[in-house]
Amino acid sequence: MVHVSATPVLALRGVSKRFGAVQALTDVELEVHAGEVVALVGDNGAGKSTLVKTIAGVHPIDEGAIEWDGKPVTISRPQDAQALGIATVYQDLALCDNIDVVGNLFLGRELRKWGVLDEVEMERRSRELLTTLSIRIPSVRIPIAALSGGQRQVVAIARSMLGEPKLVILDEPTAALGVEQTAQVLDLVERLRERGHAVVLISHNMADVKAVADKVAVLRLGRNNGVFEVSTTSQEEIISAITGATDNAVTRRAARTSSTNGEVSK
Amino acid sequence: MSVDNTSANLDKTPEQDGQPVEKPEAASAVTAVDPRLLVREQGLLGYWSEFKRKMKAGELGSMPVVVGLAIICVIFQVLNSNFLSAQNINDITITMVGTGMISVGIVFVLLLGEIDLSVGSVSGAASALAAVLAVNQGWPEWAAVLLAIAAGAAIGALHGFFFAVLGAPAFAVTLAGLLFWLGFMLKVLGADGTINLDSNGLVGKLTTYYFSDVAAAYGLAVVVVAVFFLTSFLANRRREAAGVPSRPLSDTVLRTVLLAVISFAAAYMYNQYKGLPLATVIFLVFLIGSDFVLRRTPYGRKIFALGGSVEASRRAGINVTAVRISVFAISGGFAAIGGLFLASKIASANQSAGTGDLLMNAIAAAVIGGTSLFGGRGRTWNALLGVLVIVSIQYGLQLESIAEPVKYMITAAVLLTTVVIDSITRKTQKTAGRA
Repeated sequence: MVHVSATPVLALRGVSKRFGAVQALTDVELEVHAGEVVALVGDNGAGKSTLVKTIAGVHPIDEGAIEWDGKPVTISRPQDAQALGIATVYQDLALCDNIDVVGNLFLGRELRKWGVLDEVEMERRSRELLTTLSIRIPSVRIPIAALSGGQRQVVAIARSMLGEPKLVILDEPTAALGVEQTAQVLDLVERLRERGHAVVLISHNMADVKAVADKVAVLRLGRNNGVFEVSTTSQEEIISAITGATDNAVTRRAARTSSTNGEVSK
Repeated sequence: MSVDNTSANLDKTPEQDGQPVEKPEAASAVTAVDPRLLVREQGLLGYWSEFKRKMKAGELGSMPVVVGLAIICVIFQVLNSNFLSAQNINDITITMVGTGMISVGIVFVLLLGEIDLSVGSVSGAASALAAVLAVNQGWPEWAAVLLAIAAGAAIGALHGFFFAVLGAPAFAVTLAGLLFWLGFMLKVLGADGTINLDSNGLVGKLTTYYFSDVAAAYGLAVVVVAVFFLTSFLANRRREAAGVPSRPLSDTVLRTVLLAVISFAAAYMYNQYKGLPLATVIFLVFLIGSDFVLRRTPYGRKIFALGGSVEASRRAGINVTAVRISVFAISGGFAAIGGLFLASKIASANQSAGTGDLLMNAIAAAVIGGTSLFGGRGRTWNALLGVLVIVSIQYGLQLESIAEPVKYMITAAVLLTTVVIDSITRKTQKTAGRA
């Protein structure tokens, strides 16, 4: 197992967020350690995206505290989050189709030499980065339009790594991807963990969550509905936490018995 | 056929035939070149197979316009042997500079995926302003010229402000600009309506001055070819040193030879007439300069990024508003420069400046040259090729004394053909995964 540090890189303490009459988040707690993949799951409208946006600085929190490396911080703008070392890869990839891979990786932070683009150095570093992340794309000089969905996702994730972030937030990175592309992205998530990054992974896909996450934090109706260790929790338990089926004892018992049955039959 | 077979064999790799699933041990030993990448073969056959592949994938680039230009030359030369005479070519290349300059500005705007309909009127307004200041107000001509260009840029920036900050569609804003600056020009010119320029002054010399020394044209050709070869060669050396893929030397040599043939042919042609025209030199400087800005500077990269995806650019920290305003300012500035060349050609600023088919020709030139109307694809050299086509047709038809109505219709047909080619290649590129 990968070493997990004692102080969490990021900790949310009793975070609340309101939009007008809607209480989007209520007293949410979340801890992410270095070298740990935390999956954030929940039904549509459970508050996953809102929570991620509070961390990324898009929506400042109303109540509660955010701790970074154990120290309280305020994140009120996206730049604050970036300065702390939080990189967010959004669902819609935010790549430019007409520009090649190198150009996209360095978009907005181009390397210069006497005020002119230093294409050679950018290309060298791009290849280096893609090699360390074991990302395989045909060439770093083809436009993004020529890449498959999975390759684009992988490039988008690689781009977030250029700033050497401590925490990477991935918003549904495997949605709309094929089997192989999903496997590539999951491989990449594991490599991020191996390199000691903290990862927050939003996903609707339980198979993906079980495959790469260490912990699963469930949100339901804007509140915490349990944090589970992936290795000791069954998929059914997580699903009932998501749907709220754990709210009564009967379903809880049903879930427990069915999961033990499942283990026995294996 | 044999070429196809070899390239197919080269592409065939265990990766494609065998298990595509990425194994961890294979992943750690990632190779420099992905086996799926089509690698061009060495030698001339390599160029040919690469060319065929690009044609099939719809990456036509400037191919249609070069072919079109060749066809135009052949047809008009057959009809009238004066078409390819040194004097006629010289006239074409000087006449095209005015429209060409405006078209360079249009390329910038098209790269954003926007349009600037005001450039015709702005060019007229700028030439009127320069004429009034220099002739009526007695300003020194250089000051009047600089102010006219600055005014053009400021006007463009104003359009950009309405578009980028207030969010009005560029189409509507610049349509309003078209009307407003036309009115402004007429007001500035006053009751007379025409101001004659000193044909020996700065503006007058723009299109009439020639470097008559034979060495000038050849010298420029030598410098251009030498600089091209040295920069390509040194860039490749740097790429080799950094361990990234570089062009083979034969490739650089081939391109240099091609450029040398064109440059020296042009220099020879100019020397057959009056020598190297000043207008051509200025146009070349602006073309090379703007191409450099677009492809080699962070600013140019931002323009392409905005043409690709505005949201992606914003998230990458690009100041979208500032880039948009600056691009419209560039468009206005180039319109003003073009207007000065057009005024120089007729040695006056008059009420018809910037009207008629000027706007449409400037936009058509950019599109004919290969700049996409959908943004994100194009180079300023497209403006040169496109305007060369349009002005060549005009001169060819004039030699045949074909009337104005037919000229419009033929130019329209050429424009429509190009736009259709653009749309079709985009479709092909989409199916080939390149757009």
